[in-house]
Amino acid sequence: MSAADALIETRGLTAHYGDAQALFGIDFRLRAGEVVAIIGANGAGKSTFLKALTGLVKCARDAVRFKGHPIGASAPGAIVRQGLAMVPEGRRLFPSLSVEENLLMGAFARRSGPWSLKRLFTLFPILEQKRRSPATALSGGQQQMVAIGRALMGNPDVLLCDELSLGLAPIVIKEIYDAVPALTREGMSLVIVEQDVSVAQRVSQRVVCFQEGRVSLEGASDELTREQISRAYFGV
Amino acid sequence: MLDALIQGLLLGGLYALFALGLSLMFGVMRLTNTAQGDFIVLAGFVVIALAPLVARSTIVATLLTLPLAFGAGYALQRWVLNGTLGRDPLPSLVVTFGLSIVIQNALLEIFSADPRSLDSGGFSTRSLGLGGGLAVGALPLAIFALAALITAALQMLFDRTALGRAFRAVSDDREIAELMGLDARKVYALATAVAFVVIALGGALQAMRTTVAPSDGPLLLLFAFEAVIIGGMGSFWGTFTGAMVLGLAQQIGFRLDPGWGIWVGHLVFLAVLVLRPQGLWPRTRG
Repeated sequence: MSAADALIETRGLTAHYGDAQALFGIDFRLRAGEVVAIIGANGAGKSTFLKALTGLVKCARDAVRFKGHPIGASAPGAIVRQGLAMVPEGRRLFPSLSVEENLLMGAFARRSGPWSLKRLFTLFPILEQKRRSPATALSGGQQQMVAIGRALMGNPDVLLCDELSLGLAPIVIKEIYDAVPALTREGMSLVIVEQDVSVAQRVSQRVVCFQEGRVSLEGASDELTREQISRAYFGV
Repeated sequence: MLDALIQGLLLGGLYALFALGLSLMFGVMRLTNTAQGDFIVLAGFVVIALAPLVARSTIVATLLTLPLAFGAGYALQRWVLNGTLGRDPLPSLVVTFGLSIVIQNALLEIFSADPRSLDSGGFSTRSLGLGGGLAVGALPLAIFALAALITAALQMLFDRTALGRAFRAVSDDREIAELMGLDARKVYALATAVAFVVIALGGALQAMRTTVAPSDGPLLLLFAFEAVIIGGMGSFWGTFTGAMVLGLAQQIGFRLDPGWGIWVGHLVFLAVLVLRPQGLWPRTRG
């Protein structure tokens, strides 16, 4: 993939939390329409990587490019207005807002596109039933739907998903990931951080494995073997 | 005693205007504005200074002060107080305390220590008969009505508008709100701007109802703070009713003994703090 094709491109991306370095020179590219899964053990730097892409963790200006523009030092608000949205780890819904109000917050950046409340309610019908309920009164799976819907309301070109399956039952995880084709059908690109390797391989075209803040393995989802992934995951 | 109850409720209306701005700023950004009382006094003096320039019309001077207060609140939050916000509450307390001292001394320098008041054109001496020998002052009744209206307006702003949603979102989770595209610094500035409009009204009405003096700020802050704590954090109607309780307590205390008014209010505040520290009507929405 050439730099010109890349929707997201990082070159030598490093990131720190205070004095502690979390990412050590990450090179990454995402093509339009692609679904890439990022896997790795706890503390591997997966979530930090997504935070660096969205401006929540600061990095060098040219270390991250989105649609060819450097965004490394940009504020999160500026990045989301350009079309990059995130479903954060742990959902992080606004507890004092209802389901509908949480969804409407996602539309704050006022980007035009196919996603609206009506369309979201078609994708996740339960949310229409619960629209007036406090968002945090919903089950874990329903809250995850709200978190995804909130990000979609920004009509992003790229959606970053951080551990969608965290704390959810397998049947709920399946229901959540069954919605992925509906997202990519419109040309949306996805980066999915996922601890469940089998889920990651099933939903993505390409897998990138992080290990201690570095990329330890990268390849087509249907070509990587368990042994390769295991070695890269644990660094053995 | 009925008269004491009525007067207490009406006094509570003024205290509500003192307290609503404090409740708003704390609710949105967890900032305790220890200069709240001094800004109320400052607003009163601004109206007093403007009144001669507008044919001595108190109403016009008050209305002119409102957009000034909005702008001043926005600028103060955006370029001064935003820098104090963070996990540690101490910087904002220290800075607003510093502002309190600066305002008091500036007012002392410009206006001297003499209490001043605003001419309400005879409105403060008019009364409304309630029958049975009871009467209420027109101005305190108007202040009470205005306080109720502003409380309802603030609650509606928070519950029904996009701006209110933004206030609640940044209060809940600033980082995720910024991920949605909000600029938290501007949202905080708007919250303080709105708070300052209410502060300005409180200052003007205090100057009409009684007097304002440069050293009055700390006492007004105390009343505002007590009303917020009695009512409960995070609810405008809670703050309003907390102000009513405080006003009632002070009036009942005053009737028991002229020197007991404020003291009984403090006792009720302390009782709430000990027995129900979350306040009588803690955080509610709508």
